[in-house]
Amino acid sequence: MSRILTYREALREGLDEELARDSNVVLMGEEVAQYNGAYKVTEGLWKKWGDKRVVDTPISEAGFIGMGIGASMLGVRPVMELMFWSFHSVAFDQLVSNAACVRYMSGGLCNCPIVVRGPANGGTGVGATHSHIPEGLFAAFPGLKVCAPATPADAKGLIKAAIRDNDPVYVMENTLLYGTTGEVPDPADGDFVVPLGLADIKREGSDVSLIAHGRSVIHALAAAETLQNEHGINAEVLDLRSIRPLDQEAILATVMKTNRVVLVDESKPFGGVSAMVAMLIQEHAFDYLDAPIKRVCSIDAPAIYSPHIEHEQLPNPNRIVAQVLALA
Amino acid sequence: MTSASSHKLDFASSPINQALTPEGKIELLSQMIRIRRFEQAGLKYYQAGKIGGFLHLYIGQEAVAVGTISLAGPDDHFITAYRDHGHALAVGMNMNECMAEMYGKQTGCSKGKGGSMHFFAPDKNFWGGHGIVAGQTPLGLGLAYGLKYLGREGCCLCYLGDGAVNQGAFHESLNIASLFEIPVVYVIENNGYSMGTSQARSSAFNGCLAQRAEAYAIEWDVIDGSDIYEVRAKTHIAMERAKKQHKPTVLEIDTYRYYGHSIADANHKKYRTPEEIENYKQNHDPIAVFRRRLIEESILTEDQAAAINKAAADEAAASVKFAEDSPAPTIADISTDVYWESDHNTEASKIGRHFFND
Repeated sequence: MSRILTYREALREGLDEELARDSNVVLMGEEVAQYNGAYKVTEGLWKKWGDKRVVDTPISEAGFIGMGIGASMLGVRPVMELMFWSFHSVAFDQLVSNAACVRYMSGGLCNCPIVVRGPANGGTGVGATHSHIPEGLFAAFPGLKVCAPATPADAKGLIKAAIRDNDPVYVMENTLLYGTTGEVPDPADGDFVVPLGLADIKREGSDVSLIAHGRSVIHALAAAETLQNEHGINAEVLDLRSIRPLDQEAILATVMKTNRVVLVDESKPFGGVSAMVAMLIQEHAFDYLDAPIKRVCSIDAPAIYSPHIEHEQLPNPNRIVAQVLALA
Repeated sequence: MTSASSHKLDFASSPINQALTPEGKIELLSQMIRIRRFEQAGLKYYQAGKIGGFLHLYIGQEAVAVGTISLAGPDDHFITAYRDHGHALAVGMNMNECMAEMYGKQTGCSKGKGGSMHFFAPDKNFWGGHGIVAGQTPLGLGLAYGLKYLGREGCCLCYLGDGAVNQGAFHESLNIASLFEIPVVYVIENNGYSMGTSQARSSAFNGCLAQRAEAYAIEWDVIDGSDIYEVRAKTHIAMERAKKQHKPTVLEIDTYRYYGHSIADANHKKYRTPEEIENYKQNHDPIAVFRRRLIEESILTEDQAAAINKAAADEAAASVKFAEDSPAPTIADISTDVYWESDHNTEASKIGRHFFND
């Protein structure tokens, strides 16, 4: 039996199950324990698991993320919360030079089974410093894995896969999704894990493919309804879920099915996830395309504050519909 | 240099040094000589163009690695920055794997993927070999946190240079180490010059760099790095504090490097005088000081010292031959050791695309 959970509750359930499964799993981050989490993802876990397993850290991202990386080399499995993924910049050396490279530079003698998780999104009126969307940035570093769940079920399944993975996995969540609800399988029905590297068709369609990840999936689904109801266009929505590893097979399959594709990606247009996906499509499915690959990204500027206009900088259903209609 | 003090204590009589057998003392000397001969061979072949990248030599600082690592118990761990050859040999890595790594060969300790700055031997509790100044200081914190988390009695010695003390990551680590009672010992190997900017021109401090620990309620001490007995005596206290009380320590070991920051450092004769280097060689070289000491103690003869020297030089020469004769990595090797899951061909590694080559 499925239950309806919020994205936040689903994540928490996943964390709780992994704390129970493996005594080496430890949650750490700013305000994750006694404060119950800045976004309440970890609410109740400190009370249940105590000081050793759920650890409040000082505001020292380089310090505590580096600490987690060091501990992971000895077999501890730290799950570290960044209050916002935007704060990656103050821990960047640890996140890329140490976590991504230590296995390689040691010729495979070390590994780094860490998870770093937290929200990575715009749309909350907090301006440029708190609205970075770095999944493409980190996916560009070999040695790292990145995923971005869009639904409660995927959030739970992916956080569990991330914790069990023996490589560093960066999980990009979304503050605007934390309160959204969806069906999540009941733990009584078995261990629910969504493997990294597996995309998911969230809506079947035949006329055009919308390929997205994170909250853009929700926008793509809304756009697909408008396209169907107002324009008679039957859009397929493919949720990447995982950025690296990336489900190239699913990307190519949907493109070969619909022959038209719009990539929806909250990152900025230069580089990033959709740029990589576009490259793979042109390389492997060129002959199947009936129109150029189009994208809906955030408008190419630092994130604007103004609540009056911020949603227009980000992908949204109207922009997606307009882009689909502009396809030949 | 505190070593100029004329009324210094004799640490030979400290319990940890009293416990040394004559063979143990000779072993300390031999280890220091092995490091020096290894690096001299490395320098020769670096200058001959056989070794790429940077070469950060440890020559002059040998008593720090050998003295501190000689105190290691089974669950004591080590991590350092890019001047890592001394620590690597002191933990028991062999010259062959280290020289081959510098040569970029498949037989290197990191299969030729790390180079001079990135030696690793987790089986010997040695976790690198890290290239970014102070980037290893949170990792050392984490190794020590991990020991405590896993309930193992041990500590982590985390080495850094005097140039690293001004990095934020180090200060974040000190705060957490004190706050969480982490069994880490930070060892500042103060060779005085950061890269080319002297301590006086780069660091604001009162008495010494280690004193900054007071701001974090951490114990600290200063050590004369030319005296291996002093290195051992004072480091032992810090390690016991870590292991028995879960309290961190900051040690500042005054030392000296004869060569530049790296061999690519063209200015190393400009920011210091020939007299300064000569004074160190004559009066503070840790190998010369300890060699004299052991002869005075009638533990070592000149002949034995010469034999140790020759054995180390022969071992270094053999490591050069080993490295020369070893195969280079292949193009296929570039793509291994990226992901643990892929290297182990797990189910997870078979789902989705991990690599994005043509």
